[in-house]
Amino acid sequence: MGRTLAQKVWDDHVVRRAEGEPDLLYIDLHLTHEVTSPQAFDGLRAAGRPVRRKDLTIATEDHNVPTTDIDKPIVDPISRAQIDALRINTKEFGIENYELGNKEQGIVHIIAPQSGLTQPGMTIVCGDSHTSTHGAFGSIGMGIGTSEVEHVLATQTLPLKPFKTMAITVNGKLPVGVTAKDLILAIIAEIGTGGGQGYILEYRGEAIRALSMEGRMTMCNMSIEAGARAGMIAPDETTFEYVKGREHAPKGADWDAAVAYWKTLPTDDDAVFDREVIIDATKLSPFVTWGTNPGQGAPLSATVPSPDDFTDEVDKKATEKALEYMDLKAGMPIRDIKIDTVFIGSCTNGRIEDLRAAAEILKGNKIAEGMRMMVVPGSVRVRLEAMAEGLDKVFLEAGAEWREAGCSMCLGMNPDKLTPGERSASTSNRNFEGRQGPGGRTHLVSPAVAAATAIRGTLSSPADLVGSSN
Amino acid sequence: MEKFTVHTGTAAPLRASNVDTDQIIPAEYLKRITRHGFEDGLFNSWRKDANFVLNRPAYQGVSVLVAGPDFGTGSSREHAVWALMDYGFKVVISSRFADIFRGNSGKQGLLTAVVEQSAVEQLWKIIEEEPSTPVTVDLEAQVITAAGFTTKFEVDSYVRWRLMEGLDDIGLTLKHVDEIAAFEAKRPSFKPTTI
Repeated sequence: MGRTLAQKVWDDHVVRRAEGEPDLLYIDLHLTHEVTSPQAFDGLRAAGRPVRRKDLTIATEDHNVPTTDIDKPIVDPISRAQIDALRINTKEFGIENYELGNKEQGIVHIIAPQSGLTQPGMTIVCGDSHTSTHGAFGSIGMGIGTSEVEHVLATQTLPLKPFKTMAITVNGKLPVGVTAKDLILAIIAEIGTGGGQGYILEYRGEAIRALSMEGRMTMCNMSIEAGARAGMIAPDETTFEYVKGREHAPKGADWDAAVAYWKTLPTDDDAVFDREVIIDATKLSPFVTWGTNPGQGAPLSATVPSPDDFTDEVDKKATEKALEYMDLKAGMPIRDIKIDTVFIGSCTNGRIEDLRAAAEILKGNKIAEGMRMMVVPGSVRVRLEAMAEGLDKVFLEAGAEWREAGCSMCLGMNPDKLTPGERSASTSNRNFEGRQGPGGRTHLVSPAVAAATAIRGTLSSPADLVGSSN
Repeated sequence: MEKFTVHTGTAAPLRASNVDTDQIIPAEYLKRITRHGFEDGLFNSWRKDANFVLNRPAYQGVSVLVAGPDFGTGSSREHAVWALMDYGFKVVISSRFADIFRGNSGKQGLLTAVVEQSAVEQLWKIIEEEPSTPVTVDLEAQVITAAGFTTKFEVDSYVRWRLMEGLDDIGLTLKHVDEIAAFEAKRPSFKPTTI
């Protein structure tokens, strides 16, 4: 019987397989950052263990860093202490760290693909659940906890039980104006936040093949919001074209050998998935969340649901609780929801294409009266590229703030936060209670919807701007 | 890691689904660089409500948490496990756990016991009617008992073995260091390096 993409990549990394034990899996690339690593380095120190493969490990400063005044010391002493700890640890253990101010610095899931470290057929881990992003290249990218970070630092392996596999086949073409973000939000609403638990997802079908690498990264990034530790897309010419020529990409004969191997990875025709979900791309439209988990979403054209719309008691109660927290009335059109702050950025939508998409809509427009809009590039390189294209001017002229690279308002861990009761349209990945700051209310949206919303002041798609006097 | 065989303690009902790790411990607490002392961050925003279950006098000193489905979703932060353990929890019972959270728990010695949602409802009823009811979680027999109610629970067999033996994962893996080296010797030259 044939094998799936996930099974092939898995099998090629098994160091040891024994009855009654998890597989011991080799890790090709370990990404680290300041938040989930200090206790792991302490553990190594206490046990007198070195880092096994410094050359397969990299660090960056992203979660905690401010996105303004980065030339000055970090104001928050606890954040500063954590950044200092990373600098001390990486120096002591011999790991390269992209410090704030370095041109390679940025969000961990943005910098690895842009430098060519992320390639097809790899196992990639990081103490961050959005490591699933790297699955866009046909790799197994997995978020891990701090104990596992220590385990990988010490052994370059992880004991793991094989996952089940789920095919998510997206047939047909996405309608104009519908993006990868809308598609993944619709998929999560369909399978639920727990639907992917125990599985590695594989996104397939015509609509997926048509996506750019950046769109594919957005899709795989949010696999974890459907409960799946990893999501993957088979490598193809789009993937090879993206990787080719990047700093860490294979060169010369190595490139040919790599491509030959990568071409063997796609799922065999006779492989069987444990579960299959089929989505019709042609029926989709811009999609946003109304609730407090990423599965609580609906088309922008819909109305806010009522607890009575659900038959399951758990869903009913969750909806009731979410509407109360979000201060929304069942039945109101989602398009009427007034937004205070628009955030464009994060490992989900902080890449150059995302900024281009938002700038195209903002060009020649002003953001609504009283609206706050923050545009935060995912890395220094994305920032410089955007500036070379003049996108920064478009954002500034529209009335938005143009920031330095970092995780920013995605997670309420640095100065960029919502205030209690403030409502955002955010291109990030989580709308949990208080995620963007205590008491903050988050609606997850695509970059295009974020830009249109900034102009109109209520949740909107670019199509809503046609004929608008703004 | 401490060995885990049988645990008996009182339990708190957490009647919520999709309890994400941002609720278990907000990101603000993740700036710390220590591994202990996270009990103050546990359910930080919910604990501001005097009626929150852990604030009620009847549920002081609990060591078992009985939660709705999809417990521990979201961020991979192991701080969620540390916060639960620092607060005094030894066991979390739910019908479904998020994968990363369950993995992190197993590494630290927090038992995540998977039962049917109907068993969760039964346990909620028992510990709401009589909060002082002792709940016994027997890892060897994989059975939970409370006031005459008994249910089997699921736990990964390897995690169960490690918890019962109190074994350190890294030490176990380093026994196979020769196999790791042999694997490394065969890795293709086109694989990238960071330096």
